[in-house]
Amino acid sequence: MARQFDFTITGPKKISFFAGILLILLSSCQEEKIDFNAQVRPILNKNCISCHGGVKQSGGFGLIFRENALRETKNGKIGIVPGHPDKSEMIARIKHDDPEMRMPLEKEPLSQEEIDVLTQWIKQGAEWQDHWAYLKPPEPQIPHTTSGWAKNEIDHFILNKIKENNLSPSEEAGRYDLVRRVYLDLTGLPPSQEQIAAFVNDHSEQAYENLVDQLLASPKYGEHWASMWLDMARFADSKGYEADRAREIWKFRDWVIKAFNDDMPFDQFTIEQLAGDLLPDPSINQLIATAFHRNTLNNDEGGTDNEEYRIASVIDRVNTTWEVWQSTTMSCVQCHSHPYDPILMKEYYSSFAFFNNTSDWDVPGEQPLLKELEDDDETRLEEIKKWIANRSTVTESGKWEKFLRVGEPKLRPEDFEEVGNVVHYNRSNQDFMQVFNGSYIKIKGVSLQDVDRIYINYRQSEKYKGSLYIRADSLTGPVIGKTTLPKTNGFVNKPVKITSKPAITDLYFQFIGLSGDYAGLIDGFLLGKKLPGDNDTEYQRVYKEIDEVLNAPFRHSTPIMVEKPKTHSRKTHVFIRGNWLVKGEEALPGVPEVLSGEKQAFDNRLDLAKWLVSEENPLTGRVIVNRFWAKLFGKGLVTTVEDFGTLGDYPSHPELLDWLALRFSGEWDWQVKKLLKTIVMSATYRQSAKVTAIAMERDPDNKWLSRSPRVRLSAEQIRDQALAVSGLLSDKMYGPSVMPPQPDGVWTVVYSNARWNTSDGEDAYRRGLYTYTRRSSPYPSFITFDAAGREFCLSRRINTNTPLQALVTLNDPVYFETALNLARQIMLVKGGKKEKAEVAYNKVMGKMPGPEKTNILMKLLEETEAYYRENEQEAYELTKSDNPELATLTVMANALMNMDEFIVKN
Amino acid sequence: MDLYNEARKRKLEFTTRRHFLKRCGTGLGGIALASLLGPQHLWGRSMGDNAGPDTLPHFYPKAKRVIYLHMAGAPSQLEMFDYKPKLEELHDLDCPESLLEGKRFAFIQGTPKMLGPQHAFERYGKSGTYVSELLPHFSNIVDEVALLKAMHTDEFNHAPAQLFLQTGSPRVGRPSIGAWVTYGLGSENENLPGYMVLVSGGKSPSAGKNAWGSGFLPSEYQGVQCRNSGDPILYVSNPEGMSRDIRRKSLDAINAINKEQYKEFGDQEILSRIAQYEMAFKMQLSVPEVMDITKEPTYIQALYGANPGQASFANNCLLARRLVEQGVRFVQLYHWGWDMHGDSKATSLNEGLKTKCLEIDKPMTALVQDLKLRGLLDDTLVIWGGEFGRTPMRENRGGRIMPFYGRDHHTEAFTIWMAGGGIKSGFSYGETDDIGYYGIKDRVHVHDLQATILHQLGLDHEKFTYHFQGRDFRLTDVHGHVVKDILA
Repeated sequence: MARQFDFTITGPKKISFFAGILLILLSSCQEEKIDFNAQVRPILNKNCISCHGGVKQSGGFGLIFRENALRETKNGKIGIVPGHPDKSEMIARIKHDDPEMRMPLEKEPLSQEEIDVLTQWIKQGAEWQDHWAYLKPPEPQIPHTTSGWAKNEIDHFILNKIKENNLSPSEEAGRYDLVRRVYLDLTGLPPSQEQIAAFVNDHSEQAYENLVDQLLASPKYGEHWASMWLDMARFADSKGYEADRAREIWKFRDWVIKAFNDDMPFDQFTIEQLAGDLLPDPSINQLIATAFHRNTLNNDEGGTDNEEYRIASVIDRVNTTWEVWQSTTMSCVQCHSHPYDPILMKEYYSSFAFFNNTSDWDVPGEQPLLKELEDDDETRLEEIKKWIANRSTVTESGKWEKFLRVGEPKLRPEDFEEVGNVVHYNRSNQDFMQVFNGSYIKIKGVSLQDVDRIYINYRQSEKYKGSLYIRADSLTGPVIGKTTLPKTNGFVNKPVKITSKPAITDLYFQFIGLSGDYAGLIDGFLLGKKLPGDNDTEYQRVYKEIDEVLNAPFRHSTPIMVEKPKTHSRKTHVFIRGNWLVKGEEALPGVPEVLSGEKQAFDNRLDLAKWLVSEENPLTGRVIVNRFWAKLFGKGLVTTVEDFGTLGDYPSHPELLDWLALRFSGEWDWQVKKLLKTIVMSATYRQSAKVTAIAMERDPDNKWLSRSPRVRLSAEQIRDQALAVSGLLSDKMYGPSVMPPQPDGVWTVVYSNARWNTSDGEDAYRRGLYTYTRRSSPYPSFITFDAAGREFCLSRRINTNTPLQALVTLNDPVYFETALNLARQIMLVKGGKKEKAEVAYNKVMGKMPGPEKTNILMKLLEETEAYYRENEQEAYELTKSDNPELATLTVMANALMNMDEFIVKN
Repeated sequence: MDLYNEARKRKLEFTTRRHFLKRCGTGLGGIALASLLGPQHLWGRSMGDNAGPDTLPHFYPKAKRVIYLHMAGAPSQLEMFDYKPKLEELHDLDCPESLLEGKRFAFIQGTPKMLGPQHAFERYGKSGTYVSELLPHFSNIVDEVALLKAMHTDEFNHAPAQLFLQTGSPRVGRPSIGAWVTYGLGSENENLPGYMVLVSGGKSPSAGKNAWGSGFLPSEYQGVQCRNSGDPILYVSNPEGMSRDIRRKSLDAINAINKEQYKEFGDQEILSRIAQYEMAFKMQLSVPEVMDITKEPTYIQALYGANPGQASFANNCLLARRLVEQGVRFVQLYHWGWDMHGDSKATSLNEGLKTKCLEIDKPMTALVQDLKLRGLLDDTLVIWGGEFGRTPMRENRGGRIMPFYGRDHHTEAFTIWMAGGGIKSGFSYGETDDIGYYGIKDRVHVHDLQATILHQLGLDHEKFTYHFQGRDFRLTDVHGHVVKDILA
């Protein structure tokens, strides 16, 4: 299909510029300036760039950078001579008569129109333009349409294109369809009968707007939109790989739900997730937000190299960040410079450097964890906080809370500069040092300013006794702390009081056994600040409390990001050809130049996060509004929501995209609810989904939105809706993930005792987003309906339509139970088959069926009734009830919940 | 999906459907619909993909279907196929430092001892192929198979190595070979999925369902796991008390309502849904039918050593034959439990391995023989092997002597065999050194194996791509060479 050329001429001259017309224009004297991004780049991308790109430059000719295209090629000719199409080899070759010479090789030749565009462009000087998405959005002019159809600005942009394409917009959808649509879109759930009646009977002008406001304020709103974000965050309840053991990280899911419900501005939403830990005095919630990037996989398999999988996690964090916020395919640049976009390989490792300095390291414990303690210990923690706040500041007490809940900063074996007589166990589930009599560990350049105690995290069996001496400067330097190492239950933190405090020093930890065969295990050292209030009589008691709370067992935990101290930060190197074992030059934190424009100084993740949502960033606003648009319309204004690069699609409505992006990051102050409200208030959104023959012929893909799209509901929505209309859905929010019924034997994973313990009571009927996701074995019916496997960031689910889906909604006991429950309610309806069919349909679809559908349902009831009258035993088996009517109604309910209109949004 | 492919797909969809509508007019018979759309649109190569349906296969295929017998846990080549008398001489001697330098092992630490073969070997068949005493049945069919003795891989842990073998990448998220193949070639039977998975040995492979996932391909290409108990495929049975009659009636009602909906909204996807429901109805018969091995004569059951009702590799081999007979494109078997480290009797080379071999020897032999008898071996490619090999050194976990004889994971050398599907038979390819540590001749990398499998199916592994996240992905990444020397 020829791309539509997009001239912005208004008024009487406004013509739809199809390629043919363009040709006439080009040959006439009023020569239009060719727009590289809109006209030339699509031709190059489609036909040329796979051989003449950034990596592969066949014949020495590449089209990513202008200088590559203008230089002499291998055969001595010049591909593009600006101003001289006749001297440009490229033009000669695309017009060549000999198929062996004609470009593109072995493919359809370019059309005359395309050749003309390229010719004209070279004639005009062959100017390159940065890729559209990398240019700052200009403030677009809102086109004026006068038909009265438009309800807000969006509609002017949309209607303009509808008309240009000789289409006409659709009328507003029926009120019943509209109310179901907007409920499903904003809250993920269908409206109840009362909610439908309330809207349909409200004839005020404000009725629809009031409804929208009400839905945006509903707690269900956050649950629904969290699903979309959790796909990108690759949120799951297990760690992945072989054993795929459980990971407790549901507090992050709850954080996302709350953030959406509170309408947290998207810039803040971004900063807290990427770098909440680096904010000044972050709150506990801001730390939980950083679990976004702790959703990476963790390999517990015996014999794995922890560093290898730590690096795999960092790579995933880089790729995910670039995909989510920038729709840029950074993963291409891991091994070589970008084949299609102007991004260099080294720039990948500059991004890597942002994420390479957190203290997590692929061990089963998943430290660092933010802990929630048992009730008693929570009370003690509260008291400690109060005590400190009274003697210092609330900020100070907040710092102590984080120290006690997280246990960082910690210096671990990777930070040990030098060791003597130790064995380092650093495979799979282990990363600790075994020490013996006379062992020592040197840690270089430790800042002891403010440090009062050093906690040793160690484990000691009953058999041996040892002691630890901490020396400054050298193995024979002054002892600045010492302690005995008595027996422990597992690893514990034991405090060692530091007696003298040089500001920055090399520390030597020396181990002395009471017997010659002494052995113990060391995990690391934790630097403890000085507790304020040292002249208080309770000082020692509070310290004791602190030590106990630090070692207290925890009830819940969430893995979070913690930056390593500056004194022990990691260096990042380019991995030659992407191989982490082969290190090249050092890379400092930074973002690709094509996006950052002028060089900026970047230090850490916080700088990156702030840059992403800054005015300098051309992409974030566009990328994010496009994601929300895509969720509502089933397709983005840029279809490739995950790729805004050269190979991504050009926007169908570039000005609308920019208009929305500028509002979103500008006057709407990054508030998602404002964005969504504007979209759903538009006439575009409210159109009917009916398609006319003309529209089908002229715009089969509904690119120009002259009708509402029909989109299949998501996996979670399909189940939630069935539970909702049958009255089974629980509205309980938050908390650990639940295990609704699933067939036996779905979980048979090696080296793990994990079991699917079906949840009791209402937990079996919670919304889909609370369902436990085990990565190696996701909930079967969800996966069948294209839910994300949550192993990596997923920007858009591909909707399929398969027989296995039919089997789920027909036969899965979960769905069958919803039918049975609905049938029980229909039993109570007074009246004959007609009334029952109508009520049942109404309960499912929220409107009355037409006479044809009623007849079909009545026929089904009659036939089924007759059958079960003959086969009472089967009726009993189906429902465990002696009343065969229940079986008959169950069959009908099951059929209703398999209607296309039920699993699709009209 | 990029713009170009998407546009092409849409155009195709549109023309297909428009054409279909013209032919059908308003009399839409649901059942007729399914057959009109054709099997390839229902299983694999459906409307949702971006392969050029007119461009595949790339050339004439030698094999039409694949049975892949994956021994999860990695069997010891040194006790089964790769006979090393020299290793016997070195038994119990310290491993020389030169073999350990710069190597990464999963468990071996310090200086391990060399470990001689734990089972006796003899030559069999016209080809004089060495096979160990653990595989008495298999020794009868050595002239039907090609042994690849210098296989090697990049990954030395189970989950990544299984993923590497099955998806071409050690990390999760890529499509498995079976998904690629059904995506490219579709199914030959409209009533069965194109890619089916059978698991035995008590556990799933380490890589879990990712080993047969569809990765970034649409979910319809993921392997459909057949279950040993309960529904053979999840949810294929009607709820108890819902007979096929009633199901038919309810489907008639669903389809009739959907047609009303189509009249009102004109959305072509509704017609496709009607077809899918009809297909589901057919599967409800065809799946239990094909999965019922009691339908086989007792002598065939005996040939495989199958026992209906049990979860066994023997049953799965027999099922694999039934499935390919019915036109399933790719049948993937996993048999778990080959990880012989020597930390217990069950994981020892002397006991555990013997048990495992007993479980597979007869059935895998029967499978090859049975396929041959039915004339299916010519165009069915059978592959047997693990995800890596085992070390010629004895495992010494934690530097200590293990209670039993065992071997650690080894990437440098392992043996697989292939049969049928245009592969040479009665032939060994590749050699390892005297102790079976390195391949010294005709080494075959995992990506080469993948390239070769695709090649036999008529697919050029360098051209067979899927566009995702801004680049064209291949099963073989940027590697792999077809092993031409083993092609018949």
